[in-house]
Amino acid sequence: MCLAVPVEVVALTGPGRALADMGGVRREIDVSLLDDLEVGDFVILHVGFALQKLDRVEAEKTLVMLQQMAAQQQ
Amino acid sequence: MKYVDVFRDAELAHQLAQHILQQADPGRHYRLMEFCGGHTHAVFRYGLPALLPDNVELVHGPGCPVCVLPVARLEQALELSRLPEVILCSYGDMLRVPAGRGQSLLKARADGADIRMLYSPLEALTLAQQHPERQVVFFAIGFETTTPPTAVLIQRADEMGISNLSVLCNHVLTPAAMHAILTPSEGEATAIDGFIGPAHVSTVIGSEAYAPFPRQFGKPVVIAGFEPLDLLQAISMLVGQLNRHEARVENQFSRAVTPGGNPKARALVEQVFERRDSFEWRGLGEVPASALKIRPEYARYDAEQRFELSAPRAREHPACECPAVLRGQKRPDQCRLFGTPCTPDNPLGACMVSSEGACAAWYRYNRGRIAMQERE
Repeated sequence: MCLAVPVEVVALTGPGRALADMGGVRREIDVSLLDDLEVGDFVILHVGFALQKLDRVEAEKTLVMLQQMAAQQQ
Repeated sequence: MKYVDVFRDAELAHQLAQHILQQADPGRHYRLMEFCGGHTHAVFRYGLPALLPDNVELVHGPGCPVCVLPVARLEQALELSRLPEVILCSYGDMLRVPAGRGQSLLKARADGADIRMLYSPLEALTLAQQHPERQVVFFAIGFETTTPPTAVLIQRADEMGISNLSVLCNHVLTPAAMHAILTPSEGEATAIDGFIGPAHVSTVIGSEAYAPFPRQFGKPVVIAGFEPLDLLQAISMLVGQLNRHEARVENQFSRAVTPGGNPKARALVEQVFERRDSFEWRGLGEVPASALKIRPEYARYDAEQRFELSAPRAREHPACECPAVLRGQKRPDQCRLFGTPCTPDNPLGACMVSSEGACAAWYRYNRGRIAMQERE
């Protein structure tokens, strides 16, 4: 029920509205719950609403941590 | 898909599982509850229990909104849908949920009620505009993820002066339910060592919302993303904390969860909703301050005010072990109803209702394994 997917903002189409790319499919989404959104940002999309922006730097950090944990096993 | 596939890498997953195996103290048992139904689904879908050592046990929590919604609330929606002027709309998950006597919203629709499935709650606005002579009722369910969108719906209706729309509000609160799980009834012990905190709920409420659990109950919380590597990393972080006798809130899903969550969404929810004194959860019973209702300022959008509804009354199967399953005190297969007669097609209790429920996930993914073990 609380499933949501990361989608990429490809255009800002109006106040609180944006066009999002979801793996090739484009649809209009509501971004009124977020401020300072830019084209190219990834957002978590849930029931048509962007709930939060994805932080690229933090995503990279998590991946590095995962790889470090895994590397301890090699 | 970007930010998804990299967190599903099978080789990394096996190495992480090895890491957890080495971390886990063979002299103790770790009982970790994933609160969120989305996590429960992912745990089974990716076969995580088979990757984990036997003494690291995942306990499946009540974070599935259609599962924990009392049948009596669903019956209110069914009652509304029978009024000729009403168009009742809700999310697809809700339409399939069985009420008593073989009823469901889908069945009611087949019998002629006007019931619509929505992807976004804002579609209710369009419906209300298209049908000014009808009453559009949005049957709102869900945790803190779906609540801000419902708040936007009510606010937009207000701005647009739409008067033939109302909301039957059943939004519930994650921390209140976690609190209830850690407060067992007299004579019972809490069966959980730590929580895997929900991913998307936390994008809204933030990691600070879990601060009471380490402080008050001494239980660690690690917020995790929805992908298998996220979950394994969170499990490793929990095992690490427990080994060090620590209890802290940690955030594995830092790519989307901040300490304060989404302040704009939280402010909007605060503006439109207030806490109910108490709300009945299927499986957990009455939980104080665990759900939201519409504030008096927006009472004209409250379906409970607009229509005369019967008071919700609880009726659960007396042998159903959902309360113990949801608190981590029993496994689904330790309930005598599990499998016969309680199945996903004929759910008798909350946890069997949707694929995110503990019993339904267990039934779908574990039944074959158990049967094989019994034959051996």
